[in-house]
Amino acid sequence: MKNDIRQSGRSRNDFTQLLIPIIAIVSLFVFNMLRDPSFFSIALTVNNEGNYVLAGNLISILNSASELAILAMGMTLVTSSSGGQDISVGATAAIAGSVFVSALRNGNITPPVVLLGFLACCAVSILVGAFNGVLVAVFKIQPMIATLILFTSGRSIAYWINGGATPTVSSPIIKAIGGFIPGVPVPTPVFIVIICCLAFFLLFKWTNLGFYTQVVGINQRAAHLNGINSTWIKILTFMILGICVAIAGCIRVSRLGLINHETILAEIEMDAILAVAIGGNALSGGKFKMSGSLIGAYAIQALTTTLYAMKVSSMEIKAYKAVVIILMVFIGSPVVKDTTNRLLRKLTTKKIPAIIERS
Amino acid sequence: MQNDIVLSMKKICKTFPGVRALHDVDFTLRKGEIHAVMGENGAGKSTLIKVLTGVYQKDSGTINIEGADGEITIRSPQEAQKYGISTVYQEIMLCPNLTVAENIYIGRYKDPIIQWRKTYKESGKILESLGIPANPKQQLGSCSLAVQQMVAIARAVDMDCKVLILDEPTSSLDEKEVKMIFTLMRNLRSRGVGILFVTHFLEQVYEVCDRITVLRNGELVGEYEIESLPKVKLVEKMIGKTLDDLSLIHKKEEAYKEDTAPAYEAVGLSSNVCTNSFDFKIYKGEINGFTGLLGSGRSECVRAIFGADKVSGGEVRIGGKKTRINKPIEAMNKGIGYLPEDRKQDGIIEDLSVRENIILALQVMKGFFKPFTRSEAEAYANEFIKSLGIKTPSADTPIKSLSGGNQQKVILARWLLTHPQYLILDEPTRGIDIGTKVEIQKLVLKLAEEGVSVTFISSEIEEMLRTCSRLIVMRDRSIVGELRGDEITQDKVMSTIAKGSERDEE
Repeated sequence: MKNDIRQSGRSRNDFTQLLIPIIAIVSLFVFNMLRDPSFFSIALTVNNEGNYVLAGNLISILNSASELAILAMGMTLVTSSSGGQDISVGATAAIAGSVFVSALRNGNITPPVVLLGFLACCAVSILVGAFNGVLVAVFKIQPMIATLILFTSGRSIAYWINGGATPTVSSPIIKAIGGFIPGVPVPTPVFIVIICCLAFFLLFKWTNLGFYTQVVGINQRAAHLNGINSTWIKILTFMILGICVAIAGCIRVSRLGLINHETILAEIEMDAILAVAIGGNALSGGKFKMSGSLIGAYAIQALTTTLYAMKVSSMEIKAYKAVVIILMVFIGSPVVKDTTNRLLRKLTTKKIPAIIERS
Repeated sequence: MQNDIVLSMKKICKTFPGVRALHDVDFTLRKGEIHAVMGENGAGKSTLIKVLTGVYQKDSGTINIEGADGEITIRSPQEAQKYGISTVYQEIMLCPNLTVAENIYIGRYKDPIIQWRKTYKESGKILESLGIPANPKQQLGSCSLAVQQMVAIARAVDMDCKVLILDEPTSSLDEKEVKMIFTLMRNLRSRGVGILFVTHFLEQVYEVCDRITVLRNGELVGEYEIESLPKVKLVEKMIGKTLDDLSLIHKKEEAYKEDTAPAYEAVGLSSNVCTNSFDFKIYKGEINGFTGLLGSGRSECVRAIFGADKVSGGEVRIGGKKTRINKPIEAMNKGIGYLPEDRKQDGIIEDLSVRENIILALQVMKGFFKPFTRSEAEAYANEFIKSLGIKTPSADTPIKSLSGGNQQKVILARWLLTHPQYLILDEPTRGIDIGTKVEIQKLVLKLAEEGVSVTFISSEIEEMLRTCSRLIVMRDRSIVGELRGDEITQDKVMSTIAKGSERDEE
């Protein structure tokens, strides 16, 4: 029958999907190895609170990428189901962070209060996610336009919540969330990411979220004819991204001990989208691999940390980052991928005569 | 060239990768005639039009047009325009937010400054002479669809057109509006414009046309005077079967009992795309079919049964019990399965594996919080890959790398896995090889023996004759007849299609 030759190389494409972000990270590490092997040194030092903690560039990458990694996972789901991206995550994080801080400033900061504050912050972010989701799924507005509303207004809303100030929170509990738990040398955000990964893993294992999301993203008409409520699935993915935003916002607030609605997680939406793309996921939706986005997020952070280690000033850093990103996106582009696949096939056809037997 | 011939196309060939769209097709249009081009979907009508309007380039053949010396080549719609060939499409391709006059003149101003007074006056004249009830200063969007369509025709005619192509201009209009368009068409005919008219509605052809050219599978069947070709013959020519062709034997006995309550019954069912409400019932173990030309509303009917479109009215009974089906999931939970007509658009989840495609429907019925384990899914998939003989390297292969017939088997497996009591198969054999076709027909018969009710739709009448014990005949989006038992012959089917509504009047 009339099959595209392109289509037969799917299993190889599955492999290359993860290959590209991995290549990106490995080449960054090789570059650092050649440049300065001490980049990889990890030391056990004593921090201000008198705890023994791990320090070093690798730890810094793992730690600093936490917010991005969590957002990238949520963004992957939204991308898959809606074929578009949520650009309001940074602004929503400002709202979420502000709610978190105002909840904490009402009294003594005890673990139940922190938990309540976090739940309140989740509730608000889920609501924001539902708002975006309804605009996209029910009113069929392009995701980027729908989320542009909160992208524009989110930080102003956060400004109102904070009453125009940049309130601070200071408590050992907050410090433990954003930094280190006494006696544990690994930064807490790293654990939070692990918990999130686990949560997603179980969500995909115990529910059909991943399956339905992909079905809706690939063929909405078929999804409808097979009894899937694609409107609800899309809204659900936006709400799950909302939870991710709440978690990322709380981590960042806890790290800094304050909420600055103008700078908190500024422009992180672009990095999150980039992580999804570097992870080899199509920004037009459909099939996804969450592990790809996760590795993509760490690749972006590895790049930033490398540039800092090279003493590139923070004003210049974006330009350098752009150059590397162009390279990554170029390698991952369908044209380059196809050409590589074709070359690979040419080289291997003699050894493996047929990839797929066609009837 | 003869004097009254305005356009002649000879031996036109056009091939797309893997498809021969047109092969040695001749078409001749005379001055002042309305000439219908008929054929089923895929017969080559639209390709012919697109060659004529410069959207496609012909591979070989010649085109001559009055007023141009010798052979012409049409490379773009602009060039077609230059030769006096204008097209009005089914969808109105004008700007609804501009005025009627602006729409008539848009893109044709020669002066650097628009003279509004003159524009309005000129367009007023055109509208009046063609009898179009519209004000030049009126916004086009505020006119009825028919008037908008007429404005589109007026615009085309005013561009000094010799050949006017009307591509299904009436399909979204009601009867009264169709009459208005016809009056306009006759008016233009009397002015000597040659009109090429494409429509799916047989009655409309007999109402306005002078001549018919019939195409089938990209080949010319013939050109006929309207008087010499009765409707029955036209249907024959389009389908490519003669009424004497009765060699096929219909073996199916009526194995079901009609004294019990029907497995499924609908009264006055309608949906937002199937606006003519219809009655329908099917018994346990019965195979019935919806037949009719493409576009006759067969698919819309079965989609309404499955709740695929928004159901707008009617009553549904399953096993005699009153119930409601508004969404596919409700139909699925009541034991109905639906294999859609358009495999690519509505059926396959192309990037996902054969396994995921097979378990999809059953998984959705089982519930969001109860995913199958990998091994369960694997077992289901392997069971059907084996029993249906699906040719795939593995259950993990993405469905899009399978051949069409095997994709269809996967979708079939998806519904068989849900163990439906009532299975709707809309064109299950389209575009697949003959071997698989026979397999699917056998499977349908076997299912019925096991007590499953099946509705089978196919464009190939033999297939329906072989499998169905009752045939519902449709035309122009309503049911025009029902055949059962010995009545089910090709002859009878075609005469019912052709006769259509006359049958009710008898």
